[in-house]
Amino acid sequence: MRRLVDTLLVIAVLVAAWQVLHWVAGDALTSPAGTARRAWALMNGDTFWGHVRETGTAFGYSLGLAVIGGLAVGLTLGLNRTASSVAEPILVSVYSLPKVTLYPIILLVFGLGLSAKVAFGTIHGIVPVIIFSMNAVRKLPPIYLRAARSMRLSRLDMIRRVVVPAALPEIVSGLRIGFSLTLLGVLIGEMFASQRGLGFLIMNAIGQFDVDTMVAVILILAVVAVCANAALLALNRRLHQGAT
Amino acid sequence: MKSPHMRVVPADVHAQLAGVTRVYPAADGGPGVHALGPVDLSLRRGEFYAVIGPSGCGKSTLLDVLSGLSPPTTGEVVFEGKPVGRTVPDGIGIVFQEDASFPWLTVRDNIAFGLRQGGVDGAEIDRRTDYALAFMGLRDFARAYPPQLSGGMRQRVCIARTLVMQPRLILLDEPFGALDAQTRLIMGDELLRLWRETKATVMLITHALDEAAMLSDRIGVMSARPGLILAEIETGWSRDRDSTIASDPAFGAITSRLWSLLRAESIKAVGGSARS
Amino acid sequence: MTRLGWIRFGIVGGAIVLLELMCRFGVIGRRVLIPPSDMAVQLWNLLRSGRINNDLSETLLNVAASIALAVAVGFAVGSVIHALPRVRRAIEPFLASYYALPFFAFYPVFIVLFGIGRMPIIVIGFLFGVVAMVIATFNGFDRIPRALVRTARAYRMGPVETALKIKLPYAAPFLFTGVKLAVAYSFIGVIAAEFILASSGLGYSIAYAFNNFDNRTMYALMLLVIVLVTVVNALLHVGEARLMRRRGL
Ligand SMILES: Nc1ncnc2c1ncn2[C@@H]1O[C@H](COP(=O)(O)OP(=O)(O)OP(=O)(O)O)[C@@H](O)[C@H]1O
Ligand SMILES: [Mg+2]
Repeated sequence: MRRLVDTLLVIAVLVAAWQVLHWVAGDALTSPAGTARRAWALMNGDTFWGHVRETGTAFGYSLGLAVIGGLAVGLTLGLNRTASSVAEPILVSVYSLPKVTLYPIILLVFGLGLSAKVAFGTIHGIVPVIIFSMNAVRKLPPIYLRAARSMRLSRLDMIRRVVVPAALPEIVSGLRIGFSLTLLGVLIGEMFASQRGLGFLIMNAIGQFDVDTMVAVILILAVVAVCANAALLALNRRLHQGAT
Repeated sequence: MKSPHMRVVPADVHAQLAGVTRVYPAADGGPGVHALGPVDLSLRRGEFYAVIGPSGCGKSTLLDVLSGLSPPTTGEVVFEGKPVGRTVPDGIGIVFQEDASFPWLTVRDNIAFGLRQGGVDGAEIDRRTDYALAFMGLRDFARAYPPQLSGGMRQRVCIARTLVMQPRLILLDEPFGALDAQTRLIMGDELLRLWRETKATVMLITHALDEAAMLSDRIGVMSARPGLILAEIETGWSRDRDSTIASDPAFGAITSRLWSLLRAESIKAVGGSARS
Repeated sequence: MTRLGWIRFGIVGGAIVLLELMCRFGVIGRRVLIPPSDMAVQLWNLLRSGRINNDLSETLLNVAASIALAVAVGFAVGSVIHALPRVRRAIEPFLASYYALPFFAFYPVFIVLFGIGRMPIIVIGFLFGVVAMVIATFNGFDRIPRALVRTARAYRMGPVETALKIKLPYAAPFLFTGVKLAVAYSFIGVIAAEFILASSGLGYSIAYAFNNFDNRTMYALMLLVIVLVTVVNALLHVGEARLMRRRGL
């Protein structure tokens, strides 16, 4: 209950700050009320949901690839000390690359379209998932693995019944970041070279000085991202409680 | 629970707790955890007092309240004739139950930390630190950082860091918990030697019956939570005792007395039912 | 170099050689990728010609300013909010979703707020880096053992002295991790903003080359960005590892 009040307070502060910025910036930043109106109009218009579907499809594929691929690679690397120590700095370097500069290559390989966006979303999201799940396993107290071995668990059972449950809170943290960055990747992809999707909608609005639409789309994205993250965070809290 | 009369504190009393309780408030405004007391306890100047009690009975809480680290919920605390407020009074040294060594400082700088903090001059810092390093058997590790040491060595760093301040009242919370049995015996003897040399008052919290029986002049036996002092036992050892008294018949008598007092409490503490 | 270092070197080197061979023997088409050795030659020529000096120094200055802002503000905000657990719990879901938002879309807004020039780009880089620093500050302060704070009280230290002499040194390695991330994110933010929106800087030059089918310049610039980020990152990694090792982590 108190938490709900606190969250509402934070939202109120954010909206107030936004309103102040609107007063400072004038027409360059639509007011919260104006944005809500525009968002409502967008959602009732006929083209908007097509763009959502476009972005949603690309995001769904990217997230699936990033999560499945990231977990498979991360858990495998994590179980091997040498491999994970070798891989860590390389992965961190890849993580910190401004991947947007690689987008032209992606376009040259995949051509314009869905697959380029999926590839771009995936390379954004998969790296944090790999890093977090790898480190989650690496940081497990060795005694867990020794205990599992003493109970003669097979390697698969060990991963399923000891490694994943014990590392789960950390893995979920990785998924949270992976979620955010995958979405960002897909949107950047659409902003730079696409004729459909929410990223395109934003870019198009910028090009036409249609600030209302730009801010409204970002607001809708922000609400979706915050809700998804709050859900994952709640899951994480529950897991952490179970762990202690 | 302030007493209506001026409490008359005898000259040989170094620190005193009167009617002290401590209730940890619950996060959600519920009834809270009654961790300690009411406890009445007097430490005589220069005595070696051990506190023994089952796990979770409030021993560390007792140390917190006595040192001014946390305020008593009721009752009052007096050290050297002055009431203890919310800061730790000068003259009290504390060794915590958990490792409190500073991982970013070398062993040497850890030990010198309190002295530098107190503005002691450089030559004196060096002299006392060198002595403490030798005394605690840490001389070869003066330049090492705590994470490179074993748990027992880190605890020795913390003990040294407290002792160089030359406190008049030393509070030790299970300081030998991380040590093996033989090292414990040796450290116990060293602690006795130090206690004799410095004439400080020592309060040692422990869960080891033999440690309490061997080292102290008096032993306070605590009940399960909320911790009360069930009994105080005088050991009657001479001041120049050491660990060889373990073979004294009186030692066996003291330990079995302690165990008969503690057995039921320990069972209570772990949630079992005490059957006789 | 350590054994692990050699293995790493071998893997990266092997990948580059493989790529080179695949390009040379036509497994990867010339229109998709030019051989790494060609990229290096192109980059060398480009650097020598001085054509990109302005863009390079502009990007580096923007990144440096973003990093400085992000680290200072992130640490200050992180330490204040850490002392207010209720506030922290309320903003946590917002912090975590932060990186899903394409800030550079606000570029026009920032132009109105901060004027045309480098400031809007710096603000975007700062916005990318600052949250990583806030989170790292939380993380470092979270790990401070209670016994250390109690020790500070046993030495009668006040809150400011405790923060400076106990909390800051204890949390230093974790704060350094925050600096490392802030550097990475500032690079990402600045270059992405230049790429999509600006009309100067390395990011812009890459997009410009792409749009004008100037693949040779484009690949040379990509290589420059990758080398730049990797070198900075490797240096920070070494520093971080040293700090962590001393802590036995
Ligand atoms: N900060 C705190 N907040 C709430 N409850 C606490 C706190 N510290 C201690 N307690 C509770 O007070 C009781 C006594 O704790 P204390 O640490 O004093 O026990 P102890 O005798 O030192 O135990 P041990 O021998 O295991 O060290 C415990 O039940 C514990 O749960
Ligand atoms: Mg205790």
